[in-house]
Amino acid sequence: MIRHVITAFVLLNAIVLIVTYLTYVERKFAARMQSRIGPYRVGRPHGWLQPIADALKLLIKEDIVPALADRPVYNLAPIVFLIPSFLIFATVPFAPGLGLADLNIGLLFFLAVSSLEIVGLFMGGWGSNNKYALLSAMRAVNQIISYEVPFVLTALIPVLLAGSLKLSLIVEAQRGLWFVAYPVIGQLAFVMFLLATIASENRVPFDILEAESELVAGFRVEYSGMKFALIQLAEYTHMFGVSCLGALLFLGGWLGPGLPGPVWFLLKALFIFLLVTWVRWSFVRIRVDQILGLSWKVLLPATLALLMATGFWVALRSGHVA
Amino acid sequence: MALGVFLIVAIVAVASALALVLRRNPIHGALFLVVNLGCVAVLYLLLGAEFLALAQVIIYAGAIMVLFVFAIMVLIPGKEETGPDPLRSQRLMAVPLGLFLLLEIALVLWGSRSGGGVGGAASLPQVGVRAGGIESVGRLLLGDYLFAFEVTSILLLAALVGVLTLAKRKSE
Repeated sequence: MIRHVITAFVLLNAIVLIVTYLTYVERKFAARMQSRIGPYRVGRPHGWLQPIADALKLLIKEDIVPALADRPVYNLAPIVFLIPSFLIFATVPFAPGLGLADLNIGLLFFLAVSSLEIVGLFMGGWGSNNKYALLSAMRAVNQIISYEVPFVLTALIPVLLAGSLKLSLIVEAQRGLWFVAYPVIGQLAFVMFLLATIASENRVPFDILEAESELVAGFRVEYSGMKFALIQLAEYTHMFGVSCLGALLFLGGWLGPGLPGPVWFLLKALFIFLLVTWVRWSFVRIRVDQILGLSWKVLLPATLALLMATGFWVALRSGHVA
Repeated sequence: MALGVFLIVAIVAVASALALVLRRNPIHGALFLVVNLGCVAVLYLLLGAEFLALAQVIIYAGAIMVLFVFAIMVLIPGKEETGPDPLRSQRLMAVPLGLFLLLEIALVLWGSRSGGGVGGAASLPQVGVRAGGIESVGRLLLGDYLFAFEVTSILLLAALVGVLTLAKRKSE
């Protein structure tokens, strides 16, 4: 019991630290892509204290609640948004035996908890009593529910290949060959997983729900100070969580030569995060109908077909089909 | 410890269910529904049915969000329901129907306690693995109850086609 509490405490703080610096990595990366330098002034070298300064600034800013807001819902929303983002790390194994709880149905737990995020998002959008925030929340419901299905289906392909929902067993099944390297199935599944990830994290080109040119900042437009910081933290934590999931499902988790396991794992998660960021700074936003059409007309049939093909292949390999 | 968790979760579940019915603001009602369904998921967990608990969370998180959207589009958001109830007759029907349901649940519970009643726990097929775990659910769904499972999928398909037809006629 005590051991679990200590592990959870350490894990929480480590994640907050990593996620804080992910924002720095993203800003530097974006700056590189646009021939800028990025944050440079706070802390030498290369402005490495910038994330800390940002966090402190947000903490001491004034907290404003709109006069006509639905107060309990408005105030609870950032917390409801934040909790699932951290809870998903409960089942993530960083190395063999290094993790909070390696459940038998770890992947299912991850997917279930991660789908709760939308409740907090909607509470924020509705509680603000703001047209833009409400429109953003409505769009979010459409988009996230549409992409939940292909996201879950692509996540099931490694499950089929490994024959288990336990995340550590899925990684162990990749000891010979990472799932992303499986001919055809692996690459297709990985690309679809990335697409569904980008869409369910509402990142460009799927960011219609915060589209700054039409909706200002979407559901968080009325939030300020600490609450805004919590929402940002939750978004990046969720993004990092899904990157970790991608590393576990397709890139072989902690497996790799030379370096210790957790380092490999974090490097792979960072790689997926950078891929998503790369897409973010390369493409323009697409329309609502294109986003929903892509999910239901392309991604859903494609993932279903791929899942069936994988199932057939697994059955063939294990000799169940003559 | 398990009893303590059960008591806390059960009290929260009942309280949120009451709040869901008594609140006049539809969005608050829907939020209390989230709390209630979450509590039921925890109860499943306490019974050792992890798969059922997580499936409940996955399905209802999405379903409730759709409910939210409908609440906003159909009702006037932020305003309490006012004026005379247009469905007064339904409200009168609710009491006897609710009592009937309660009686049914009581009968089932009583039957299962005295062993082998209608749909009681004793009549559930015994599988080698722990009931409620993902393996036993899979075995039951794709083995013993395969026919019912497939029929349900046809039912859902029919509902999907029905919705498409209705929606299409309106937009023309």
